[in-house]
Amino acid sequence: MSSIEEIQKGLAEIVEEVAGVAADDVSVDKSFVDDLDIDSLSMVEIAVQAEDKFGVKIPDDELANLKTVGDAVNYIASNA
Amino acid sequence: MTNQRPTLRQFSGAAGTRLLGFGSAQGNRVVTNDDLSELVETNDEWIRQRVGIIERRLADKDQTLVDMAVEAGAKAVANAGVSTSDVDTVIVATCTMPGNIPNAAAQTADRIGIKSPAAFDLNAACAGFPYSLMVASDMIRGGSAQRVLVIGAERFTDWLDWTDRANCIIFGDGAGAAVVGPAEEPGIGPVAWGSAGDLVDLIYLRDGRYIYQEGKSVFRWATTQIAPIAERAVELAGLQLSDIDVLVPHQANLRIVESIAKKLKQRGARDDLRVADDIVHSGNTSSASIPIALDHMNSAGRISSGDVMLLVGFGAGLSYAAQVVICP
Repeated sequence: MSSIEEIQKGLAEIVEEVAGVAADDVSVDKSFVDDLDIDSLSMVEIAVQAEDKFGVKIPDDELANLKTVGDAVNYIASNA
Repeated sequence: MTNQRPTLRQFSGAAGTRLLGFGSAQGNRVVTNDDLSELVETNDEWIRQRVGIIERRLADKDQTLVDMAVEAGAKAVANAGVSTSDVDTVIVATCTMPGNIPNAAAQTADRIGIKSPAAFDLNAACAGFPYSLMVASDMIRGGSAQRVLVIGAERFTDWLDWTDRANCIIFGDGAGAAVVGPAEEPGIGPVAWGSAGDLVDLIYLRDGRYIYQEGKSVFRWATTQIAPIAERAVELAGLQLSDIDVLVPHQANLRIVESIAKKLKQRGARDDLRVADDIVHSGNTSSASIPIALDHMNSAGRISSGDVMLLVGFGAGLSYAAQVVICP
């Protein structure tokens, strides 16, 4: 079980790899779409990698609800 | 009393098969992203980012699926250096015929000048070309055919909802073809194929009329499940990923194509792997996309005789198929 900090750090690394956004910019208050300019297909790639990394299921239906980095971190923390 | 039953004779054919030549045809109309932005709420940048398409080719009103299949098939026969009388079987891979009766293959063969061949359509959607190639190869190896004309042909124009901006921007019309014949040295490897009927709801005709796909779910499936199928085909052929010169995935979406290529490189494919990107100017033409890409790469000198090429198709059904082939 990863801590909230570990999840955020790991997620930021994934976002950097998939979307080329500097990991330091991937803070909990950022919106994936509006702030980080990440589209729905990149979100799928991020979800797939997050599933592998954190042992969590992130269905496509759920993805639309994960608006901010914080939403994703909380979802992973409570479902891993 | 012994029951004397007759014994049926069985045939067997050539030990190996190979591709002999390619041909293709496309819709007559070049439709740019700017053209589409006049029909639906979209724009060039959005389309390029999401699917990598700059323009697609759509059929004229009177340019039928069979017209394109005939043009592609005739070119492939000529390119293969065989005569129409050498071809005894025609398979048309398609999922967009306007009706189920009649099929496309028999009339296509007749118009090309191939007399009374075995002729049938095969529907494995976007996996239709690798599926048909394997059927053709095994027919020859089994002794049921000598030379098979395999054509992938689609006319999506009839199945597009011009108010559905997520889907109507993706597709194109066209046909691609290859001739398969016997060979001493194998030029078509074993197939890695299958289906996932539990995911049938991801790609279907909405209201029975309009092609529709669950974009995110299809993207997830294609970017996670297809590279392993392609890798399996390489293993079945007794090769390593590093042996592959050219990768021709179904041209579904440039990001899917790039994702499959990236995964195969992580697994051992070479950095100089040539990857088909024909979708950029052709759109997604389903079962036609692989043979159109092959023909275009051949004409452009991007592939040459002896190249080891990995084909992988995937789409509605869901269906998938991959095999390694040698460039003729």
